[in-house]
Amino acid sequence: MAAPSALARMLDSDVYHSFRRNPVVVVSAVVTATFVLAALFAPWITPYLPYDLASLDLNDAFTPPAWTEEGSRRFLLGADDQGRDVLSTIVFGARVSLLVGFCAVLFAMTVGITLGLVSGYVGGTVESVIMRVADVQLTFPGILIALLIDGLARTALPRDLHSEIALYVVIFAIGIANWPQFARTVRGSTLVEKSKEYVQAARVIGLHPGLIMLRHVLPNVMGPVLVIATLSLGFAILAEATLSFLGVGVPPTRPSLGTLIRVGNDFLFSGEWWMTIFPGAALIVLVLAVNLLGDWLRDALNPKLR
Amino acid sequence: MIAFVVQRLLQSVLVMLAVAFISFALFRYIGDPVLIMLGQDFTREQYEMLVRDLGLDQPFYVQFAKFVVSAIQGEFGISYRLARPVAQLIAERLPATLELSTMAALLALSIGVPMGVYTGLRRDSWLSRFFLTISLVGVSLPTFLIGILLILVFAVQLGVLPSFGRGDVVKFGGWSTGFLTASGLKALVLPAVTLCLFQLTLIMRLVRSEMLEVLRTDYIKFARARGLHNRAINFGHALKNTLVPVITITGLQIGGIIAFAIVTETVFQWPGMGLLFIQSVNNADVPVMAAYLLLVGFFFVVINLVVDLLYYVVDPRLRIDRGAASGH
Amino acid sequence: MAEASILEVKNLRVEFPTRRGNLVAVDDISFSIAPGEVLGVVGESGAGKSMTGAAVIGLIEPPGRIAGGSISLSGRRIDDLPYEEMRKVRGREIGAIFQDPLTSLNPLYTIGRQLTETILTHLPVSQAEAQQRAVGLLREVGIPAAEKRIDHYPHQFSGGMRQRVVIALALAANPKLIIADEPTTALDVSIQAQIIALIKKLCREHGAAVMLVTHDMGVIAETADRVAVMYAGRIAEIGPVRDVIKAARHPYTDGLMASIPKVGRTEARLAQIDGAMPRLNAIPRGCAFNPRCTRAFDRCRAERPEPMRVGNSDVACWLYDAGQGGPR
Repeated sequence: MAAPSALARMLDSDVYHSFRRNPVVVVSAVVTATFVLAALFAPWITPYLPYDLASLDLNDAFTPPAWTEEGSRRFLLGADDQGRDVLSTIVFGARVSLLVGFCAVLFAMTVGITLGLVSGYVGGTVESVIMRVADVQLTFPGILIALLIDGLARTALPRDLHSEIALYVVIFAIGIANWPQFARTVRGSTLVEKSKEYVQAARVIGLHPGLIMLRHVLPNVMGPVLVIATLSLGFAILAEATLSFLGVGVPPTRPSLGTLIRVGNDFLFSGEWWMTIFPGAALIVLVLAVNLLGDWLRDALNPKLR
Repeated sequence: MIAFVVQRLLQSVLVMLAVAFISFALFRYIGDPVLIMLGQDFTREQYEMLVRDLGLDQPFYVQFAKFVVSAIQGEFGISYRLARPVAQLIAERLPATLELSTMAALLALSIGVPMGVYTGLRRDSWLSRFFLTISLVGVSLPTFLIGILLILVFAVQLGVLPSFGRGDVVKFGGWSTGFLTASGLKALVLPAVTLCLFQLTLIMRLVRSEMLEVLRTDYIKFARARGLHNRAINFGHALKNTLVPVITITGLQIGGIIAFAIVTETVFQWPGMGLLFIQSVNNADVPVMAAYLLLVGFFFVVINLVVDLLYYVVDPRLRIDRGAASGH
Repeated sequence: MAEASILEVKNLRVEFPTRRGNLVAVDDISFSIAPGEVLGVVGESGAGKSMTGAAVIGLIEPPGRIAGGSISLSGRRIDDLPYEEMRKVRGREIGAIFQDPLTSLNPLYTIGRQLTETILTHLPVSQAEAQQRAVGLLREVGIPAAEKRIDHYPHQFSGGMRQRVVIALALAANPKLIIADEPTTALDVSIQAQIIALIKKLCREHGAAVMLVTHDMGVIAETADRVAVMYAGRIAEIGPVRDVIKAARHPYTDGLMASIPKVGRTEARLAQIDGAMPRLNAIPRGCAFNPRCTRAFDRCRAERPEPMRVGNSDVACWLYDAGQGGPR
């Protein structure tokens, strides 16, 4: 009998089975995918382009959602103070939120995996220093670290330069807040591999043991890294939203869901609740879906729980 | 025992110095304080005179030493934005933040720990599943959104609780407290609840996962094999072993409360240190930022120290009796 | 049997429902243990011997469960008791010793506390008397300076000493049957003999029977009166120790004995049984051992053999069916 193909094996795996049996997780995956796709294709799928100044009409400002008395079919979720369609702003806002989130996690992953590999392989003082820094950093809440870095950049750089690169600063700040978990996990795996015999064997043959180790460490460590990455994504999106809400996040020209909430908050008391609530709801749904996925992934890949 | 305490104290001092160094670097090298103070028109002589007056031409380590010494004496310089001594600003705001944080911490612990124990022991009851779902939502909700929602419901719609400020406070000594007035207490409710929710869910999930780990251990299996009562196993053996690592992590969570206080204070316009910090970040008010960093670093170091000592008291394995190890 | 057995297991079946079907860990086994007797249960990893022990003491982890058969202690059925009733049996009538003494003891409680807790749970004595009994037990298991060491924590003992404490705990409430699951496997070779001798001596003195589960034939030879050889969840052969070891009847037992290196004999190669024990989801039809058996014939591949009396032993092998082959 021929050996089953990789796809067949994946479909038969315990992980996939646990996935299918769990309706909540399936829904979360669908929701996340929807958000990502919507964010990717935003300019083509939204009913309006909210940041095209020419298309705005101030007369539309403060239109309530479509199902209320003064609402209009044109603005399903209402319009904001500049006459922008809230639904469209949410899709574009989600785009920024997801962009920052993904990039921050990727950055954290790259830095963390590299430092983890290096400290595990090289050992000695390099390892101690890196791990010490990671441990000390882990005692501080990530938000605070991101806030501090962001604040530092804000004060250190001249104002216009800062506005230009604010997006990258935020990504950098959140990424820095997240690298220690990746580094520690990867270092652990590296240490385990380093003690295996094939490393010495490689040295004997004359192959560089580092390259061999890379080939063996990475597949082993991908599972936990994926779990950490998914959970970090939820945290990163929340961190960005918090920073933007506080006014120290993404620049106002590229508003994220957090920025939308902040702007809408000013109008909460005068009764225009839809400007805050809908972006807020979108944020909650997105982060909840990502967290549910991460939670399930962690349980599904945890050999101890099976 | 003494050796342990001394070692920890030394470590704490080292970390504090590192934090002070970062704070000092921030203070001294970000922006030019002389320029800011002089404003637009000034001559070169005025500039250099001010530099000498402020001691900014001294070698690096001299300036650092002076910085540390003045910090210990509570002298943090003058705020750029408000033109008042930073120490005074902090003294005014500290009670507000401390009262809020303490309340939130107490709430988070007193609700989170029992919930965590319950969901760990009764894994499959509907109440457990309910708590777990709530906790997952809790972790996904950003603190500022919780604050906004609570304001919407309780302040705007129902009108029963205030949406900003601290209410009336009673001043005594250097402290001002909101605990002694009705309006002070009412103003405390929403911010404290907002601040505690995130920590509460984290603590609950932590306690639960620790509990589940402990219940899987060999010594619990052996305790069952000895026929001990369920109560003795769950609340004697399991709970005690669960709480030991929970203590450390809870101590670290207090740090989270301090961080999220920034957000909560912003949403509720609570006149605490967090709000001061955000305002200083928005205005590049470096002395305030540096002082906040120093103070927060100090809190963290103290908390870490207390947690380490607590751990030592609770876990007998750390009190290694070098003379008592025996043979076969 | 002349006297009533202390333990009577009939057609015991333990299953694990999994997504891919039911895994049978223990497949229809029957045996009995006489009062004060030491029954060895030997077999490779995965043969089902630990699972049998867990079934007897009622500690099978879900989703595993007893799917058939009966377990009786002194004539009273215990496999279908409600939890609280079974809890009273555990420790008081059946004791257990597990493999790893380090993880069997709760690191946060003194061993005195763990002992007195067990005693007080089952015996109607005062705290003071429980304390006295605890000290006495520690002396019995050979811990020097028992009155002082009773207030020590588990980490203050060496591996062998800890296992002695575990034995004391197992015997604390004077059970009639002890299930010892690999009690020496985690210990240094030099201590193994001491601990095994201790178990044997104490059980004799307390009048307790022992179900000694192990993969080490040497321990069985030293200690057991009778031995059951398990393979793939079934009993291959069960009989007096001398008979089984010196004159093994089942081909599997024969192979096991042959593969043990003998002191004083030089051999070119160590004897080995070809192949490996089948996984639980791939047990062959008929006799589970047939693919590896050098003496298998057609009936072995078709029908599962029932235990048949040969001399003083029961052997599950078609070679001994009166109709075919006949005794060797």
